[in-house]
Amino acid sequence: MQSIQEIQDEIIDEFSMFEDWEERYQYMIDLGKELPLIQPQYKTEDNIIKGCQSKVWVHAEMNEDKIAFTADSDAIITKGIIAILIRVFSDQHPKEIIDANTDFIDQIGLKEHLSPTRANGLVSMIKQLKMYAIAYQTQLN
Amino acid sequence: MNTTFNIHDIRKDFPILQRQVNGKPLVYFDNAATSQTPRQVIDVIVDYYTNYNANIHRGVHTLSQEATDKYEQARQTIQRHFNAKYVHEVIFTSGTTHSINLVANGFSALLEKGDEIIVSALEHHSNIVPWQMLCERTGAILKVIPMNQHGELEMDAYDALLSESTKLVFVNHISNALGTINPIKHIIDNAHQIGAAVLIDGAQACPHIKPDLQDLNVDFYVASAHKICGPTGVGILYGKEEWLNKLPPYQGGGEMIAEVTFEKTTYAGLPHKFEAGTPNICGGIAFGAALNYMNAIGFEAIADYENELLDYGTEKLSEIEGLKIYGTSKNKTSVISFNLEGIHPYDVGSILDKLGIAVRTGHHCAQPIMNYFNIPGTVRASFAFYNTKTEIDTLVEGVRKAKMMLS
Repeated sequence: MQSIQEIQDEIIDEFSMFEDWEERYQYMIDLGKELPLIQPQYKTEDNIIKGCQSKVWVHAEMNEDKIAFTADSDAIITKGIIAILIRVFSDQHPKEIIDANTDFIDQIGLKEHLSPTRANGLVSMIKQLKMYAIAYQTQLN
Repeated sequence: MNTTFNIHDIRKDFPILQRQVNGKPLVYFDNAATSQTPRQVIDVIVDYYTNYNANIHRGVHTLSQEATDKYEQARQTIQRHFNAKYVHEVIFTSGTTHSINLVANGFSALLEKGDEIIVSALEHHSNIVPWQMLCERTGAILKVIPMNQHGELEMDAYDALLSESTKLVFVNHISNALGTINPIKHIIDNAHQIGAAVLIDGAQACPHIKPDLQDLNVDFYVASAHKICGPTGVGILYGKEEWLNKLPPYQGGGEMIAEVTFEKTTYAGLPHKFEAGTPNICGGIAFGAALNYMNAIGFEAIADYENELLDYGTEKLSEIEGLKIYGTSKNKTSVISFNLEGIHPYDVGSILDKLGIAVRTGHHCAQPIMNYFNIPGTVRASFAFYNTKTEIDTLVEGVRKAKMMLS
């Protein structure tokens, strides 16, 4: 079982091979296309994190002591970043998720997508992941 | 200053056009959101803070007098530009949204339950929400002029909506999301026949058209400086004298009073009745400078050139397979709102940004229009008189690249 830090390091490694923004974006777009991220029944209004531009859905489930996240977006680049976030945060203990930082986003050259003013729902999405983790952590206590 | 239209010289007036974005020369096609500022206007702003920054109207000292004179000269420039009958019909505000709210607030004292307000299906949220709030306060009813698939308002439907209950009509001169030029003369004349007042939102029109407010015979007209080469945070409310006298003051404070005792306050006359507090003095002066700059180039020359850009851009973008343009009225300004089939506008905008091309993506604060077309939003490229066909080529190339990467 990889820790959040190990997964982040792995992603930083993968992205370090890309030479320019085009390769990075193409990779994210491909990630976005590949992944069926969320069960259709969870793509509800309640699960929408409304950004100004693209919609983001998040669903969380507790499997034993780990949280499984699924998510989706109607914009493909957003979906690619979500795929990366899910890879980092899903199937982890709530406490690990609460304590994790997201500095790796900077290091893989996607900082602009996490600017709070970007209004694509991603900042809210990370907040939401952490909120779920806090809620489940409270239940475990 | 330019006396004939020379794009090479005009571009030199705008320092920002020299900058690079993401390692590429900036291509600025978000002009419908805000226009860029020429050196001539920037110089006026610097001159104000360097040489005569002071509070206006009440000071006996020289700086205050100079600032007051320049501010009031700017008001006269604006009056002449819009051909308002009186200079006191020009109220400085913080911008179009503020102007609309000022009128909406004033009308809450004049409306009764069952009165009707008409807006159009093409409105910006800032021209929908204040009226909804006004209806909630007064019990008035909001009616909507529908649009057709070209993004044009249906004038037969409008005429049918007009009745003795209609008290106010609010329509934008030009749609921000689609660029459609609305038949405001028809709208104004027919509203007046049944005694209703008309407010026209000129925010999108003023960069392209020089409206003659007396000829239009409009009751209220609103605009923002930052879309006409001026600074942000300043705009105007034009109102016919008789209407401005009928409306109660919007905000209380300094500047808007004649005499204050604890028993009673008497209000200042127009325009100061609506200008509570210290205004955006520098902004107002720079607004005047921006109008002078654009008038020196000439609005006819600007419109001719922008139409050329619009035709060229429409033709070139239409050649891209799977690209659909929203807003196809023959009567429109240099705004192209479009989508690539099956691709989210946000994704297209993100790729274009990487290429140094600034466009707007999203619902453009006009969700009812997006709902009509059943789309989450569009990519909107809006051209100004300082843009070029070469820049449009860069956009077209960028859209092709985005399509290739995202399909």
